[in-house]
Amino acid sequence: MTAVADPMAASTGDTVPETVRRRRVLDQNWRELLKVGAILMVGQVFIALSGMPVSFDRRLIIDPILSLGYLSLLWLPLVVGYAVGREQALEGMMAYTKGGREVLAGAITGVLGNLGLTLLVVGITHFDIRDPLVNWSPQLLELLEFEQSVWFGALIWLGIGAATGAAGGGLHWVGARNRRTVITVIAAVSSAAVLESVITDLAQGFHIEAVANWLYAPKRGLTSPAAAVVAGATILAVNAISALRARAAHRLVSAAEASPTESGSTRGGRLSPRRLAGFALTVAAVIVLPLFLGRLTNELLANVGLFILLALGLNIIVGLAGILDLGYVAFFAVGGYSVAVLTSPGSPRFSPEMPWIGALFIAMLLAGLVGLFIGAPVIRMRGDYLAVVTLGFGEIIRILLLSDWLSGTFNGAQGIINIPGVEIFGLTTVRGFEPRSVLYLVLFFCAIAIYVSWRLENSRIGRAWMAIREDESVAEAMGVDTVSAKLMAFVTGAVLGSFSGAILSAKVGSIFPHSFAIIVSIVILVVVIFGGMGNIAGVIAGAAVLIGVLGGPNQPGLLQEFAEFKILIYGALLVWMMLQRSEGLIPSVRRARELHTDELNQDAWLRAQADEADDASNPGVLDGQGPRP
Amino acid sequence: MQLTAKQRTRVDWFLTILRVAALVLIGAGLVAFVAQVVDSNNPFARWANPDAINLTGRQFRDLVVAGLAQGAMYGLIALGYSMVYGVLGFINFAHGEVFMIGAVTGAITSSKLAEAGAWEDNFVLCLLLVVVLSMVVCTITAVIMERVAYRPLRGKPRLIPLITSIGVSFFLQNFILVLLGPGTKTYPRMPEWLTEKRTFLEIQGTRLLVLAAAAVAMVGLWYLVERTKTGKAMRAVAEDAEIASLMGIDVNRVIVKTFAVGGAMAGVAGILWGLLFNSVLHTAGFLPGIKAFSAAVVGGIGNLGGSMAGGLTIGVAESLGPLVILEPLGVSGPSQLRDAVAFSVLIIVLLVRPSGIFGERLPSEERT
Amino acid sequence: MSSPPMLEIAGLHVVFGGLHALSDLDFAVEEGEIVAVIGPNGAGKTTFFNVVSGMVKPTQGQIYFEGRSLLGLDPNKITARGIARTFQNVRLFANMTVLENVMVSQHCRTRQRMLDALLYTSRFRREEEQVRARGKEVLGFFGTRLTGYRFDQPASVLSYANRRRLEIARAMATSPKLLLLDEPVAGMNPVESAELTQLIGKLRDEMGYTIVLIEHDMSVVRDISDRVVVLDHGEAIARGTYAEVSADPQVIEAYLGRAADGN
Ligand SMILES: Nc1ncnc2c1ncn2[C@@H]1O[C@H](COP(=O)(O)OP(=O)(O)O)[C@@H](O)[C@H]1O
Ligand SMILES: [Mg+2]
Repeated sequence: MTAVADPMAASTGDTVPETVRRRRVLDQNWRELLKVGAILMVGQVFIALSGMPVSFDRRLIIDPILSLGYLSLLWLPLVVGYAVGREQALEGMMAYTKGGREVLAGAITGVLGNLGLTLLVVGITHFDIRDPLVNWSPQLLELLEFEQSVWFGALIWLGIGAATGAAGGGLHWVGARNRRTVITVIAAVSSAAVLESVITDLAQGFHIEAVANWLYAPKRGLTSPAAAVVAGATILAVNAISALRARAAHRLVSAAEASPTESGSTRGGRLSPRRLAGFALTVAAVIVLPLFLGRLTNELLANVGLFILLALGLNIIVGLAGILDLGYVAFFAVGGYSVAVLTSPGSPRFSPEMPWIGALFIAMLLAGLVGLFIGAPVIRMRGDYLAVVTLGFGEIIRILLLSDWLSGTFNGAQGIINIPGVEIFGLTTVRGFEPRSVLYLVLFFCAIAIYVSWRLENSRIGRAWMAIREDESVAEAMGVDTVSAKLMAFVTGAVLGSFSGAILSAKVGSIFPHSFAIIVSIVILVVVIFGGMGNIAGVIAGAAVLIGVLGGPNQPGLLQEFAEFKILIYGALLVWMMLQRSEGLIPSVRRARELHTDELNQDAWLRAQADEADDASNPGVLDGQGPRP
Repeated sequence: MQLTAKQRTRVDWFLTILRVAALVLIGAGLVAFVAQVVDSNNPFARWANPDAINLTGRQFRDLVVAGLAQGAMYGLIALGYSMVYGVLGFINFAHGEVFMIGAVTGAITSSKLAEAGAWEDNFVLCLLLVVVLSMVVCTITAVIMERVAYRPLRGKPRLIPLITSIGVSFFLQNFILVLLGPGTKTYPRMPEWLTEKRTFLEIQGTRLLVLAAAAVAMVGLWYLVERTKTGKAMRAVAEDAEIASLMGIDVNRVIVKTFAVGGAMAGVAGILWGLLFNSVLHTAGFLPGIKAFSAAVVGGIGNLGGSMAGGLTIGVAESLGPLVILEPLGVSGPSQLRDAVAFSVLIIVLLVRPSGIFGERLPSEERT
Repeated sequence: MSSPPMLEIAGLHVVFGGLHALSDLDFAVEEGEIVAVIGPNGAGKTTFFNVVSGMVKPTQGQIYFEGRSLLGLDPNKITARGIARTFQNVRLFANMTVLENVMVSQHCRTRQRMLDALLYTSRFRREEEQVRARGKEVLGFFGTRLTGYRFDQPASVLSYANRRRLEIARAMATSPKLLLLDEPVAGMNPVESAELTQLIGKLRDEMGYTIVLIEHDMSVVRDISDRVVVLDHGEAIARGTYAEVSADPQVIEAYLGRAADGN
């Protein structure tokens, strides 16, 4: 390799610098291990006492072997075991290869952490403090003892801790590629198990029940052979995909080399043919699939769709314009209640019994007005005050809906019932007991919301929103009328939110104030942040994963066992997201894409330089170069 | 041309209308109330609400005292918001949950004490013990919270720790839920001599106790902040963290202490909640937390005396507001609107005077 | 009588708390001039720009632009009138692309409504095309540095000098008549600085902008400014050509007397 090409090799991180050494197994940072072990101990004891293991125990992942209950006690030592072996490798500093030392570190922390469970086993047998701690129970003891003796339970957890911790540490040893494979396999097997009801449903739709019957023990997760097959298939798929990706990357680089300064101007709202094809395929699948799905899955997807709608609306306010609105649920409520009052014969005071579509237009109008009304007073406030005040507005609306004062119109806590379905031009009626038709209705409005978000993002107002998000006072100095742009964000978000409320009304057939608590706003916010603010596809994916698996505040997800732990998990997830990548506020996918373009261009430029300096070309240089970590 | 004359946009007009409308509504309610007190049959009173219930002087005084007692509790919680905002510049949403944890700790320890029979026999000592325990637990919670969730975010735009604190808030709420179950945690019965109304001016003893406890806590805090070295360091960091660190102040330690002191005050407030309401739920921290934040804003955030004053204001407003302003205007079931009134106070204050009634004390703004 | 100056400021005072950032400042710029504002750190130069661009409200005084008062206007209205600025501490929209940065600043020159964008009307497409073309045009002013693949890069990946250039391009995209440049060459090396100086000259000569610039680099000031105004403690202590001002004993004192202030 020539001297000129050297910096590239260093920058890829693939070649091993000379300073890399292996450390001796016992060369540990003992204090650190002790500290991490203690934290893990607290975490394990908390999980055990939270009741997760007991309530998840009936949910199996792999039929006789592993239940979700035990999984809830296994994952943390694994993760911590991995994390404890991770070291910040500063650029230019000494780097170490990973090996037995990391495995030992993982094992030690695992044992320390599970010492908590051992103590718990002993503690539960000898003391009864079930009074404050509701899960300090015989059931937990039984589970922790594996229905054997106290001593068996006490000791086996230490062993399990050592094993899982060591496995976590061992992930360093196997190298980045194998690590990815292992993680993907774990993810694939658990997803397959979690998706049991959906896949069974699909199989029934396509009349291939046999597959589902073979995959799953009825209501008990994957069968062991099926798990093995899923794992095997995943490994094959991972390898195939990474080979494909490598080839695609190579092609991209050659293209960049051919025309290094050509702008990849696919932006401005137009799609490249390849993305267009992918998009068309997705659309077709989304339209066709519901036909083959059963009631439960369609119902689930309809719920997911409602949250996609809400999240897209909030994404305009929070993700694009950078306004932290914690009272977004207000618009959901306005949509829902307007439709309920206008369509239901059971609405107490004012009951025009309009058709749903007419009511929807009025609901949109009202939501827009409420958006203006809430937006105008808060628009000049500091961002954090704005958050609390919008939250206050959201609560005020819920309190008013609930109050005796307005119960003449909204019927207070009894809510409004007998809301008719959606009649579509006399063709069909969409009703809650027909989840498929609801799903199509939701999908239609999701399509509208996606279209609106996409068009606006690449327009004058969308750019103004982004500029305000980046730096409000500079945006104003650059000629953006920030007050009206922010109001427009509120109004647009409000109208999108009202769609969701209107559909909810017709879907459920009744509406109550308690469906519009603060937590709904917060869950939508978590979805938007999880998906990546300002990123339409991300927000959709975020809603699908979170609402689909965990469920919404009042809606069950795939893992119904999680019901009582849902909000706990949402809270923890939000904290974790902010700590991990607080630039989640930044449209991450988009940024990554552009950074990647930069990388390719830089590579092309470097190659040109290398070619110039050294007439012998170096075709192999870029081979096998993975994406940057 | 006058210099301050700014071109008015439509939004400005709308805001002016809102401000005027809010003030007119409050004014009309008050006038109607007075009219109804003077003579419930005079035409204006009848027009506003023909069947208004008339508050007797004694009911009125009871409402004020109840409002003050609750307000004192809000004030103690507000101190935590105010101090953290003063030093770090963000709203620690989860502070309300720290308060709830204090109330829960109090419920558990006091009922254990009652089981052991000590609560009845030695009430004062037990209460003291419960308060200290609650303060300790809350302090630890607040400090851990700072270490885990906020310290890594130091220096990020202020919305980021705010969002994080929302997550912490819901996490803590549900942490208590899953550990202790969904049932209400009740306090044991208070001794008769306390609950009876025969104390000073026939005010309920618990309320007096609450006010006294808040006053003691407040004096202690005042002493800490104004008279000790720690307090001086806190004020210096609030003024300008960077310069404070150049002067040899360990900013991290000061921040931890700020959280600790705020937590301790929330711990006291938690027990006061127990005294006032006798039971606590895992969701009990959320609304008082937001009201306390409102109190901090009303009193001028960063201003400790202001926080207490703001707390008392919010407490009295939500206790009197429904019956003195809404009921005379003919709103039925006005006490259901208590929380709405508290939020409205916040919104109106921010509309009319965003820097609070007593003026805020914030770190100097960054300049261009 | 000759026409009034493009920008005319009379008796301007700005007070922050007790600090007189500007006191009794009179100032005028004729169309087509390049005026340099110099002075030690903390003299009030940036505050002066902040006032003209509407980001800080003056305590007292008058500001006329093309004969009309600017007092009480929001910054975006002032930009719409034809004054654009850059910032001393570069403040780009870091997570927007280079092209988007110069597209968004044409906000006050474009008319499209939300409905146009939603319905994808021909008016919308035409205007988007124009905005894009104009954006590319102003970026092209700096050679190839901000063009090509750079169009679609986020502003945050640019080098420091390129960020300063992009700030100027962003201000140009608002189609102003008067450009306010706050320390445009700060942090650039001598080559880059000389090149930018030349470009600033071109901005006036070829594109017809009137320019007020704040600068510490005296070679830049000497090379392009028609007139120089020296601020110290918020007061104008000298004005005139570079040669006149640089010989003024008061100016020398202001700089040397507080040489320790540094930059
Ligand atoms: N928004 C503000 N609030 C208070 N003081 C300010 C503000 N902006 C500037 N100042 C003060 O005004 C003085 C002039 O600052 P500036 O105009 O930035 O000086 P420079 O000539 O270096 O650009 C400085 O002392 C600065 O601290
Ligand atoms: Mg300056």
